[in-house]
Amino acid sequence: MIRTRTKSRPNITGGRANDGARFTSAALEKIAERIMKFSEAGETEVEISSTTDALTRFANNTIHQNVAEHTLHISVRAVVDGRTARSATNKTDDESLRRVTAAATRLAKNQPEYPDLLPMFGPQKYNRVARFFSATAAATPQDRARAVTRVCQMAEKNKQTAAGIFSTGEVQSVLVNSKGLFASYKETDAEFSVTVLESNSSGWAKANSPDIREIKPDALAARASLKAADSRSPRELPPGHYTAILEPSAVLDLVGFLFYDFAGTAVLDKRSCFNDRMGKKIFGDNITLWDDVYHPLQAGAPYDGEGFPRQKVLLVDRGVPKNLVYARATAKKMKTKPTGHGFALPNEYGEAPMNLVFAGGDKSVDEMIRSTERGFLVTRLWYIREVDPYAKILTGMTRDGTFLVENGRVAGGIRNFRFNQSILEMLSNVEMLGPAVRAAGEESFEMVVPAMKVRNFHFSEVTKF
Amino acid sequence: MMHDCANWAIETAKLRGATYADARVMDVRQRDISTKNGEVGTLMESETLGIGIRVVASGAWGFASTDRLTREGVQACAAEAVAIAKASALAKREDVALAPEQTYVDTWQNPFLKDPFHIPVERQIDLLLAADKEMRRVKGVTLAEGAMSFRRIDQLFVSSTGSSIHQLKMQSGAGIVATSFSDGEIQKRSYPNSFGGQHTLEGYELIESIDLVGNAQRTGEEAVALHSAAQCPERTSTIILGASQLSLQIHESIGHPIELDRVLGQEANFAGMSFLTVEKLRKLKYGSEIVNVVADARLAHGPGLGTFAYDDEGVPAQCTPIITNGLFTGYLSNRETAAAIGGTRSNGTMRTESWNRLPIIRMTNISLNPGAWKYDELIADTDDAILMETNRSWSIDDRRYHFQFSTEIGWEIKNGKKTRMIKNPSYSGITTEFWNSCDAICSREYWTLWGTPNCGKGQPMQTMGTGHGASPARFRNIKVGVAFAK
Repeated sequence: MIRTRTKSRPNITGGRANDGARFTSAALEKIAERIMKFSEAGETEVEISSTTDALTRFANNTIHQNVAEHTLHISVRAVVDGRTARSATNKTDDESLRRVTAAATRLAKNQPEYPDLLPMFGPQKYNRVARFFSATAAATPQDRARAVTRVCQMAEKNKQTAAGIFSTGEVQSVLVNSKGLFASYKETDAEFSVTVLESNSSGWAKANSPDIREIKPDALAARASLKAADSRSPRELPPGHYTAILEPSAVLDLVGFLFYDFAGTAVLDKRSCFNDRMGKKIFGDNITLWDDVYHPLQAGAPYDGEGFPRQKVLLVDRGVPKNLVYARATAKKMKTKPTGHGFALPNEYGEAPMNLVFAGGDKSVDEMIRSTERGFLVTRLWYIREVDPYAKILTGMTRDGTFLVENGRVAGGIRNFRFNQSILEMLSNVEMLGPAVRAAGEESFEMVVPAMKVRNFHFSEVTKF
Repeated sequence: MMHDCANWAIETAKLRGATYADARVMDVRQRDISTKNGEVGTLMESETLGIGIRVVASGAWGFASTDRLTREGVQACAAEAVAIAKASALAKREDVALAPEQTYVDTWQNPFLKDPFHIPVERQIDLLLAADKEMRRVKGVTLAEGAMSFRRIDQLFVSSTGSSIHQLKMQSGAGIVATSFSDGEIQKRSYPNSFGGQHTLEGYELIESIDLVGNAQRTGEEAVALHSAAQCPERTSTIILGASQLSLQIHESIGHPIELDRVLGQEANFAGMSFLTVEKLRKLKYGSEIVNVVADARLAHGPGLGTFAYDDEGVPAQCTPIITNGLFTGYLSNRETAAAIGGTRSNGTMRTESWNRLPIIRMTNISLNPGAWKYDELIADTDDAILMETNRSWSIDDRRYHFQFSTEIGWEIKNGKKTRMIKNPSYSGITTEFWNSCDAICSREYWTLWGTPNCGKGQPMQTMGTGHGASPARFRNIKVGVAFAK
């Protein structure tokens, strides 16, 4: 699968890293202090993260891969006479820290002046978020293996085959600069994803949370198992425009393609689908959308790549795009205020909202099914790519649980479809919304989105299974 | 130091009960530069050094990695890998079995003329800014972008069976993009390819050979001209695909389905499976008789992103016939999957993104062998077709049957002549029907080994560079224009 962008949450703080067990916030701060002493740049910024990740992978009802990694990422940004550049390492000896600091300074010196560069800023106050859970950090390979064993045994019992992952991890990061800014953040992450297969059908379920106690592998596997059984011997139906009932994971992976469009820089660059559309009604009345890192179902640090505090931003109000998000430099260019969504400097993309939260509704998926004369129920989408960046036409496939809905009930599995659908049109055709939930997909990082019943969704071609 | 670390890892793994262990110490250096509308965007250098340790213990796999390369750190990592393997054994159905492989002690480095890390960064920035300026001289270009990236991978592989293989690989890549927004439409053109340009296992000589500045104005002009081009019709048509677009078609509809881990269900939860189930080997008519595809990691194939001397499991680079005169003849395998289907040997496709990732089956250089046609003669031989060049979007189902591609630009071919420009070209189809409709492939002089630097696979996700050689080719009775159909 060729990637256009990272599926995982973009690393707004400038690096990725490791070994939470090895480095506390204080230990990372000491490394940053050493770098500050070595730096001869006019201004210096240091971002360090320490990560531990572990992932147990299973297929054919057995564990076939089981991995753990411990890593450290040290990233130094230097500013010299209005120029800036970055250098990174994972080594902590004095020689390596001197080298990485000197490299950032050398790179900065050897480039044209950066006209939009703003001076670094000093200490900030951040709202507290609590996204580190000891239960997640303490998870062992045995814990994951035991859960996977139960899931595989359930699949065996049902004469099915299970494949998936169970992962846990933690990250501790700090961001400091020579103006006295200090920001520190730590979080944990747990994820379980399962596909259950039969000879001609499959089902899927996935959940992600900072708190492993929120992850229920047995229930997720049971859900995937039921979908595989219910979609057995799928029928082939002709392509066309149908009502689509999209479960939250399917919605997430579609609307995730909008998030770069909400960047002020994307509008300046004229590559956003919101160019010439801000303030105009382009979605239905029932579409309201925020970026909100502080939402209880969201994750991520309360500051951006420069350490600027993140703000809650109303992006779409009852169908009207109202606001964009801005890094500091973008805000200055566009004569507005920064919102705390900037990427680590230097970069060409500026910023993006990474904690999208949709206003949900009160309809359950069952109610959507009961109200549908003829349509498709879609569990999950796959390999979604942008066909037209301004009309915002996306193509992709349904996968792992696609059903015909007829006369208010699920009427069996159907072969998977390719779709070609404008998201702008889709969000104008939403007839029902479910409650917004933390959804996990494969094309976009986690967001808070509802299930949606959408009329006139374009399923353009059908595949062989 | 690399040897010490690897040896500590192997010794500790064996002491802890591993029946097999291998270790990869990798030192990776990278430089990334981008420009946008006359300014520098990204400017970054990075280095990362660490060890990944893979073991079999209690008949199951374990893997752990660390960048703490003290004796204590490496030994702790090896012990963790063994502990993980023993946990894996809780859900074991049968013991891991590996196809046999000899041991090797060797050193290898890909040839390159100019070390890109020794070229002053200001010279590299100046080149991108010069191309940027040329693109923005074209009225209507609203966004000009350029990028270069360089990667130096120094790696040591050591196994408990006695292999010790040191390889040094140098990769370079660059490209430019002109985008034009006008009247509610965004069009773009890229050179020499979209999504990052061209990438090969070469030094800075690659950048000097592709003449970004000399191609910048045309790139900008075509982006603007697309606004007034005719829309690609929705119909069944003959199409001719340019070599870079065909390289992506090979990647998605041949390269991925032949991965044996997919075929055996190991990727079912994420990357998906494959329609190429094992009973189809040497029976399925994958393409027309002129279609010959190889998986070739040897340097003799060219400086592709899938070129190496040994894979990350210590198996030498090989050339495997994948499609032979249209017949499906080979998979991409590793030692475990080769054994699983009764094969005698891995064909050497285990690759890892970096020291902190487990090697998995990846494409090497999956290439369509050249045919006999001169390009001009192919056009002259075509009555009615759409010529499509430079990928804009791509998608294929999780078993690799149904695909849809769109390209940045197209041209109508009428009565043997290239005529008007077509915008928003797209085509779609079923993999085997598509390859069986191929009736002409251009010759070696039009063949390019394209690099795809951003292939994602695995959990946790790994990004890998792959190579795909192709020359322009013609396909009959293909659905076009569905992507924009109302």
